[in-house]
Amino acid sequence: MSEQCELKFSDYKSDLSVRWCPGCGDHAILNSVQKAMANLKVKPHDVAVISGIGCSSRFPYYMNTYGFHTIHGRAAAVASGVKVANPDLHVWEITGDGDALAIGGNHFIHLIRRNIDINVILFNNQIYGLTKGQYSPTSKRGFISKTSPFGTVEDPFRPGELALGARGQFFARTVDKELKLSVEVMEEAAKHKGTSIVEVLQNCVIYNDRTHEAITDKKHKLDRTIILKHGEKMIFGTNGDKGLVMDGMDIKAVTIGQDGYTMDDILVHDAQTQHVSMHRKLANMDYPELPVALGVIRSAEGLSYDESVKKQVEDVQEKTSIHTFEELVNSGDVWEVK
Amino acid sequence: MMGRSSKVIERDEVVVRFSGDSGDGMQLTGTLFSNTSAVFGNDISTFPDYPAEIRAPQGTIGGVSGFQVHFGHTEVYTPGDYADVLVAMNPAALRANSKWVKPGGTIVMDVDSFDDKHLQKAGYQTNDPITEDKLGDYHIVKAPITTLTKESLKDMGLDNKSILRSKNMYALGLVYWLFDRPLAHTSEFIKKKFAKNPLVVEANLKVLKEGYDYGVIIQAVTPSYHINPASIKKGKYRNLNGNIAVAWGLIAAAQKANLELFLGSYPITPATEILQELSARKDLGVKVFQAEDEIAGICTAIGASFAGDLAVTSTSGPGLALKGEAIGLAVIAELPLVIVNVQRGGPSTGLPTKTEQSDLMQALHGRNGESPCVVMAASSPINCFEYAFYAAKIAVEHMTPVILLTDGFLANGTQSWRIPDLADYPEIVAKRVPEEQKENWMPYVRDPESLVRSWAPVGTPGLMHRIGGLEKDEETGGVSYDAENHQKMVNYRRDKIKNIENCIPEQDILGDVDSQVLVIGWGGTFGHLFTAVEELQNEGKGVALAHFNYINPMPKNTHDVLKRYKKILVCELNMGQFANHLRMNFPDILYRQYNKVQGLPFTVLELKEQFKKLLED
Ligand SMILES: Cc1ncc(C[n+]2csc(CCOP(=O)(O)OP(=O)(O)O)c2C)c(N)n1
Ligand code: SF4
Repeated sequence: MSEQCELKFSDYKSDLSVRWCPGCGDHAILNSVQKAMANLKVKPHDVAVISGIGCSSRFPYYMNTYGFHTIHGRAAAVASGVKVANPDLHVWEITGDGDALAIGGNHFIHLIRRNIDINVILFNNQIYGLTKGQYSPTSKRGFISKTSPFGTVEDPFRPGELALGARGQFFARTVDKELKLSVEVMEEAAKHKGTSIVEVLQNCVIYNDRTHEAITDKKHKLDRTIILKHGEKMIFGTNGDKGLVMDGMDIKAVTIGQDGYTMDDILVHDAQTQHVSMHRKLANMDYPELPVALGVIRSAEGLSYDESVKKQVEDVQEKTSIHTFEELVNSGDVWEVK
Repeated sequence: MMGRSSKVIERDEVVVRFSGDSGDGMQLTGTLFSNTSAVFGNDISTFPDYPAEIRAPQGTIGGVSGFQVHFGHTEVYTPGDYADVLVAMNPAALRANSKWVKPGGTIVMDVDSFDDKHLQKAGYQTNDPITEDKLGDYHIVKAPITTLTKESLKDMGLDNKSILRSKNMYALGLVYWLFDRPLAHTSEFIKKKFAKNPLVVEANLKVLKEGYDYGVIIQAVTPSYHINPASIKKGKYRNLNGNIAVAWGLIAAAQKANLELFLGSYPITPATEILQELSARKDLGVKVFQAEDEIAGICTAIGASFAGDLAVTSTSGPGLALKGEAIGLAVIAELPLVIVNVQRGGPSTGLPTKTEQSDLMQALHGRNGESPCVVMAASSPINCFEYAFYAAKIAVEHMTPVILLTDGFLANGTQSWRIPDLADYPEIVAKRVPEEQKENWMPYVRDPESLVRSWAPVGTPGLMHRIGGLEKDEETGGVSYDAENHQKMVNYRRDKIKNIENCIPEQDILGDVDSQVLVIGWGGTFGHLFTAVEELQNEGKGVALAHFNYINPMPKNTHDVLKRYKKILVCELNMGQFANHLRMNFPDILYRQYNKVQGLPFTVLELKEQFKKLLED
């Protein structure tokens, strides 16, 4: 399927003009996905991009692949059907925080639990964009929107925590405008066998501008986020002098060389361990207490649904005495009238 | 077999009802009896009737489980209204079923269970249920089944529970005597089923035989029945219920279409068995996805259809309600999809284990927007096979969702099925993009006649395209908000479905075609309507019957058929949904209605009364 062939970034672009608002984070995410696909050299005809409903879900129209813009919340289910029907395909699901976590919450967790080999790009702008600005399941408590004029009285989901709680084997986070990081993370997601969730902190310039700004703006991002890399020390900061250590059961941010902390105390990221507790802590880190984790937080191996089905079918077919329709209808209690 | 000295009743057909507590094994007993009758050469029709609760309190009416079989020397189309023979394993079974026995019929009861406690539980006021239920004119066979079974097995080293579990085989043996049927078929079954437990095999065979011998002993006082084999077409036969028939019809269709079969579904009574049977068919490569809910069930199927499989979802009323939005997606995307809806009593959770035809309007109209799709209905347990096959054929060849309606009565009822040769079935040809059009193909360009677009599954080189739930440009399939384009697309989608009338059979008329009276039915009521029409005809009172399987579109000649009759009576197990569908389509005609919503099929008797009234009017 993905044998060597010359494929360029532009081979994944459809000829439709992109209609998101100028300045919307979605533009950059589209570029990252197209770049990742070109790097992966998957043939456009072997790719299915399946989305729900929302601004972000217009995405498939802009891809020169097979695409299906389905109904609100159900992209995960449609994508599951595509992948189970033809496991050789590369299936990508495009979804928003409302699409995936409100109306589609049930499908989201079950997709992850089943570990079907689908790459989910979750555009988290903490707002309903397409319906023009209502709060979403990821909006922070107290958030003011058209449907919460006095502030919300609900706590948000943390997509990472939800994914890991649903036994997710792959979770990564990136920021719309961090193209390089996004491309890397998308490629990792695509290579991972099983469901991969990539949360993209996306800016909605119209209804929730700068919602991620506190951590993503140029001036502060190095101090307020940390890019995790498997096998590497968890170091961050403008000067690269900050790191994460364990303090009892909790993670703590320290400055190397202060309070007696040395490089040796700094944690090393193990994205591949089956143990989920550290990944959960990392996924839940939030500014201002801790830097927000970016990059691949968890990438653990597990049996994907597709592989399990394939194996089961082979096992059954090896043992069965029924190989054809004729054998089926003639099995069991059959008599002949002469 | 021994000679008979008792009265032998010669009959063309007979109805037997087995009933007992849920734990008494009546479903198995009934199935074994009907298989034996079928192998003997009778035409059969069966229907199980069990409680919605898995373990209703023992000994109560709510916990009674029944199985009725109708078999005959002539063709039988229903499991029968009233039983000639009732087997009642406890007082609750008698209480629940005595009203379903024909006057003068035979009732076999296990007298051991008719103690004060059980009589009371069943709601009897006295210790004489025969008088209380006014059964004085019936042949009552009071057999001490429990005692005799215990006695027979006491030295075999079986535990008490296993001994009691064999009671049903004793009862079955006795019924075999009543009908002079050989034990061989059931003996073989027992040997196979319990092969791992020789003691259980021995015990069951022993009581089966002794039950039969008990009949020989009591024959002086009990009449027995004689039914000759039916003259049925040569071939191989088996019993089949509507759910398995649907599953197999879909497998056959996939094979004929050269497509892989995908089912996305969520368990719901009475449709679950379709999901279960197809789940077991990994041997034939069927892909089954037990989804997290009905919405996911249909959405996975839509995804599989996009990827090129013959995609199916199966459900019952409440599930169809959940699928509405996604059916609309399949309508606008113009992808093939089969939606099997096994109707049950509604609204809401309603009567989950009972039959009804009340989802017709939901199937026709239960979606937002102008959203036409094909609706068809099977009309007998075994023709669920045909209609599942044709539902798939229409879906694939016309790029549309097709809703196939069956119901609880068809789903659980069985008939003997002549195993077909698939070579006799038509090919199913998926509409692929012709080689010469691949260069400039546009996904919503249609065949000028059928208005069908072509199907380019994900993975086909060179045909990448995007589809979705937004209105599309009439050719490119790109999003279009153009006013005129929308009108055109709505018209195309309507006309595409309407055109299917050219591919379905014309409506037949059965019975007395020249009568003034036309009876109309659709779906699962066929057996009862047809039997009523036949019986009346034998009594010299002719009415005509038009029974519909195609509901949207309807057969092309429908209006011509309707126009020919003076009086039309539409009979359905709902409050008049098909009658209203006819009124909407053919408003120039007057329709009378006969409706029933009791969770029960029609009885032939009540239908005959209705038809007679209309003839006399
Ligand atoms: C069944 C249904 N309910 C509601 C809607 C309206 N709706 C469309 S998109 C949307 C929310 C989208 O938010 P999100 O998923 O965060 O995507 P964004 O637009 O922010 O990218 C809603 C409520 C719909 N299309 N369908
Ligand atoms: S409304 Fe917001 S999310 Fe939607 S396209 Fe505009 S900027 Fe992007």
